[in-house]
Amino acid sequence: MTDALAMAARRSARVGPPLGAPIGPPIGAPIAATDEPAWVRRTVIGVAIGFVGLFVLVPLAAVVVEALRAGLAAYGRAIAEPAALSAVKLTFLASAIAVPLNVVFGVAAAWAIARFRFPGRSILITLIDLPLAVSPVIAGMVYLLLFGRQGLLGPWLTDHGIKVVFALPGIVLATTFVTFPFVARELIPLMESQGAEEEEAAIVLGATGWQTFVRVTLPKIKWGLWYGIVLCTARAMGEFGAVSVVSGHIRGRTATLPLHVEILYNEYEYQAAFAVASLLVVLALASLVARRVIARRVEVI
Amino acid sequence: MGYTIVYLSLIVLIPLATLVIKTAELSPGELWTLATSPRAMASYQVTFGASLAAALVNTALGPIVAWALVRYQFPGRALLDAIVDIPFALPTAVSGLALTAVLAPTGWIGRWLTPLGIKAVFTPLGITLALIFIGLPFVVRTVQPVLEELEPEVEEAAAVLGATRWQILGRVVLPALTPALLTGFALAFARAIGEYGSVVFISGNKQFETEITPLLIMTRLEQFDYAGATALALVMLVVSFAMLLAINGLGAWARRRAGHA
Repeated sequence: MTDALAMAARRSARVGPPLGAPIGPPIGAPIAATDEPAWVRRTVIGVAIGFVGLFVLVPLAAVVVEALRAGLAAYGRAIAEPAALSAVKLTFLASAIAVPLNVVFGVAAAWAIARFRFPGRSILITLIDLPLAVSPVIAGMVYLLLFGRQGLLGPWLTDHGIKVVFALPGIVLATTFVTFPFVARELIPLMESQGAEEEEAAIVLGATGWQTFVRVTLPKIKWGLWYGIVLCTARAMGEFGAVSVVSGHIRGRTATLPLHVEILYNEYEYQAAFAVASLLVVLALASLVARRVIARRVEVI
Repeated sequence: MGYTIVYLSLIVLIPLATLVIKTAELSPGELWTLATSPRAMASYQVTFGASLAAALVNTALGPIVAWALVRYQFPGRALLDAIVDIPFALPTAVSGLALTAVLAPTGWIGRWLTPLGIKAVFTPLGITLALIFIGLPFVVRTVQPVLEELEPEVEEAAAVLGATRWQILGRVVLPALTPALLTGFALAFARAIGEYGSVVFISGNKQFETEITPLLIMTRLEQFDYAGATALALVMLVVSFAMLLAINGLGAWARRRAGHA
């Protein structure tokens, strides 16, 4: 699924039609043989707006309204509650570990795939995509099977007093798994299209490998890298299914923001659940804006 | 290079291999019994039925959204283009919560459905609606670029040759879009099958009725029934891989067709 999926995800923010560019004559202008009558156009636009509005905009607005239903003071209390704050902290901590891991991996993998031809190269590309094709529940489950109490390494871990599942390491691992492909997928096509002439020139002029990477390669891939980091971070903070399996749902201890939303909802604390959910909405919208801004930079290059 | 492979193995390959090792501990007979228990079969029916329905709705309405975005100029077009991405960006738990709030009998949309005798929350209909939300961007974003690159000259030629607008749509535009439509459908379907977060809130999780397979896996895990969970996960993995192959095949087919055109 992955090729097309990632392409779709990437293109969604990056390409799109140039905003404000004239497309077709304005409504009311004379009709060419390849245009539709105005009523058809209005209907199509109406259906498009109706469908997207009803399915996306209305639920999003509902979160904000429900969050503020009991007033700003209640909203503030729900967010400043210790369990909510600890969920915020855990979410940022898990992302702060998982994202850099995947950034280093993504750069290394893209470097290997874009610059070298080796046996198994296409298999490697497919394997990088694998986490996108697997259900998040299964992604979490494999770590449970590996590190859980009945898992393959479970007895050994227990003997050594190491807790992976239902603790921070498990949450970080599950997050890393689901966000694994994002950076690499952004960089591979970018680095392939850029070629290696500038790097070769730098090496010929006497730069070391590290100097070449920092001064030549990194500036070239900078915006693609940022784009991948935004995608990766947004997914890391919002991941629910995979983290849900390995977290154990201990309120205030191993609950990330999305899990905290679920806990509150199950405890019938609806207003608080929506308040915390609204934080995630803000993060998601911020990631969308960041993607659009970065996408424009990538196009310029 | 070596680092890439080590890291890939640690994070992805070894954990996935664990699943296969766990499966190997079961005899084929046991595996079959666990994977085809009545509760499992009911969950497949809910999962695949709702996913199929949702993917079909998106395949019907997605091209209309893409067409409006590419061909027409109207106030709010840029905004609509941006909104289409929201289901990608929103954490699934938030999507589930939001849809449940809207569709509940007292919600903004639910209160209009209740007098009609339609119940969306805690029913397969609700699951389908959640999966439509999740899959919405896939068809739009696969059809949109193809529509953008469609040359107006071809349509003009058809018009000059006397074709009506409907004939042009059916015989010129639609065939060009078919690979993209199929790919979008497959992507939306594949995503829907594995979806968990947005469905659990709205489904009510009633056994045999609204229990999706990922949720059943979760339940088995919570009961420490790792064998049962493994068998179900294996079924889902096989389906995911079949979808992966189908989608890659569709992509190759689309590229070949583009080459001939």
